[in-house]
Amino acid sequence: MENIQNFQILWFVLIFVLLLGYTLLDGFDLGLAALLPFLGKTKEEKDTLIASIGPVWDGNEVWLITGGGALFAAFPHAYATAFSGFYLAMMLVLLALIFRAVSMEFRANDPVRSGLWEKALVVGSALAALLFGVALGNIIYGVPLDDKMEYAGGFFSLLRPVPLLFGLTGLAAVLLQGASWAVLKTEGSLQDRSFQAVRALTAVNAVLAAVYFTVLFVVVLRISGNPFFYAAVLLTLAGLLTLFLAPGKKHETGPIRGSSLSLTGLFLAAGAAQFPNLITASNDPGLSLTIYNSSTGIYTLQVMAVIALAGMPVVIGYTIFVYRLFRGKAKADDHY
Amino acid sequence: MDALLLARIQFAFTVGFHFLFPAMTLGVALIILISETLHLATKDDVYRRITDLLARLLGLIFVIGAATGIVMEFSFGTNWSGYSRTVGDIFGPLLAAEGVIAFFLESVFVGVLIFGRKKASPGVYWASALLVFIGGHLSAFWILVANSWMQTPAGYEITSTGKIVLTDFGAAVFNPSTVARFLHTVLATWVTGAVLVCGIAGYYVRKGLHGETARMMLKIGIILFAVTPLLQLGAAHGHAIQVIDFQPMKAAAMEGHFTTARGADVYVAGYVDEKNEKTYGISIPKGLSFLYNFDFNSEIKGLREVPKEDWPPVNLVFQAYHIMVTLGMIFIGLGLLGALLLWTGKLYTAKWYLWLLPFLIPLPHLAHETGWITAEAGRQPWIIQGLMRTARASSVVVSKGELAASLTMFALVYLLLLVMFVMLFIRIVKQGPEAS
Repeated sequence: MENIQNFQILWFVLIFVLLLGYTLLDGFDLGLAALLPFLGKTKEEKDTLIASIGPVWDGNEVWLITGGGALFAAFPHAYATAFSGFYLAMMLVLLALIFRAVSMEFRANDPVRSGLWEKALVVGSALAALLFGVALGNIIYGVPLDDKMEYAGGFFSLLRPVPLLFGLTGLAAVLLQGASWAVLKTEGSLQDRSFQAVRALTAVNAVLAAVYFTVLFVVVLRISGNPFFYAAVLLTLAGLLTLFLAPGKKHETGPIRGSSLSLTGLFLAAGAAQFPNLITASNDPGLSLTIYNSSTGIYTLQVMAVIALAGMPVVIGYTIFVYRLFRGKAKADDHY
Repeated sequence: MDALLLARIQFAFTVGFHFLFPAMTLGVALIILISETLHLATKDDVYRRITDLLARLLGLIFVIGAATGIVMEFSFGTNWSGYSRTVGDIFGPLLAAEGVIAFFLESVFVGVLIFGRKKASPGVYWASALLVFIGGHLSAFWILVANSWMQTPAGYEITSTGKIVLTDFGAAVFNPSTVARFLHTVLATWVTGAVLVCGIAGYYVRKGLHGETARMMLKIGIILFAVTPLLQLGAAHGHAIQVIDFQPMKAAAMEGHFTTARGADVYVAGYVDEKNEKTYGISIPKGLSFLYNFDFNSEIKGLREVPKEDWPPVNLVFQAYHIMVTLGMIFIGLGLLGALLLWTGKLYTAKWYLWLLPFLIPLPHLAHETGWITAEAGRQPWIIQGLMRTARASSVVVSKGELAASLTMFALVYLLLLVMFVMLFIRIVKQGPEAS
């Protein structure tokens, strides 16, 4: 029994890592796309911004697909309960992800309606970022569950203040991540504007992060004894500090490092607050889905651990290779 | 209409739509690999222009495939949570393995293929073409493993609580239908790619556009169009035998056989009257028995071997299967004809043949869809053959109203995607290989 517990914990950690990878990487794609009308003033500037994420965004999204597959493989009950329970919200997530994906391609090839596709890209990206945070907020803050592990609430019970705060915090962090990526990949007035966005968003993030950590501390009682929570707070603090100091022009890698640190802290705090729960039951803690009552058998967890631990280093290796291939400033004509 | 039926319609519609795009991705990835290999070997710009055009098309195809693919991964949780809870032990790992082993590879290097011509060295660019090809095919492998496991489950055990538990990963992956299904499906995507390229190049050559580039593209396309349907004949035959062995009721529905018989006929075309349990049509006497193991008197099981409630929708499976087979035969004929024209030096001036080629582009998709209907409708009423009924697999908390809303959303959004895809595909083709 103790043996399977080790693998259940390992899988909580691995899914956390996959979703953190998604948050950091697709975070800058979504954030940059959501900020497109604020950062880019001309078509050429917008083309440059999109060119900076064009070659990498689809690889980044695979972190979500793999994270979802891993959740299905390791904790099918959590996957089944959340995805079917939050049905309409999930449909909204899918709608947002579909439009943010196709609109980049459509915008480039359909000049007549490029303005329309640009709006679809901006709204789809922002909506996806917001909804991921709301979803995370709900499974941590708790939703009503019945004794068959099924969701017992409705669509609007997902939109309570605490999950919405998670959503806003996540959205702000992702926007900051996007602006920081823009700083790294652009130059001239576009970069100046991106620096300004970083500055403004850093302040917003600092306020939201403070509220977020406080609310977590108050809402999730067991968190006070968890060292990972305090480490998370320190990470975010260090990240925000880097961000406050970076916007001198010489530190164009500063924002993305600071923003990634801060976002990692926010995400780590969520993971620390949630462990060992996967979906917290708000009506009765005994009904919560945890890593212990929702997992597959030990053999599946072991096989998957071998595949993940052997495969992910290779994935990370060639991902770094491709990022290096596209390093340097983006140009408008790199675009599709 | 009940919720279960709506959920099934939604799954059929979304997966049927999604399937158009990976099928093209694999076929186009094969041709990109060929043209880019020739480019690397000869340094001839003709091949570079072929790759560049196809890479731009691949960008459009891939993005719609990826966007509609996420819907599929989510759908097991959103719409089929009963299924997910029961088979998470086996089905989940296959989807996760697809991500780690295949889809990362394909997605990361697709970026290089589409954006990296100026950034990557010729060797790295070629390697990216190879890795997209490998990643795409590995991705298809894992998804088809998952599908095959639903058809011919293996490597599992059923616990006292009714949960299905994985006991042998290797046996689950290489279950009895995996290899046959993989070969059959992959060859179908290669036919799709061949016909797609022939269609584009045929249009260029007939209009006198893009000179040598168009002719070389047509040549590559025609050679593949001649070879792949023939290979498919072998793979399809192997798959059909495997279905007769492991899913005899599906095989019986495919040929409309109600009674078990030695010396069963094979139908060229026909109609199944399910109510009166009779099949009408043009048939070759004892043909099916002969095709099964070259013995005119071998036994083929009929549907009456099992209770009627366990029958698939017979006429649907029969018709879908026969449309697919007919299309396969048409591809063999037209492909060989193209090869003959190429061999006799008449291909580039055979106006009627060149005129015909673009109209063939949708046909492999029709074959994919009907083949897929054969496989999936033929599995009914089971979601996992013999183990779990489709009726028990859907999400209990998702209401009829919610399903109506999501189905409407997908219908509208996918219609928009299809219109945009066709429009932009034609646009990119008209811009031609020199546009970038």
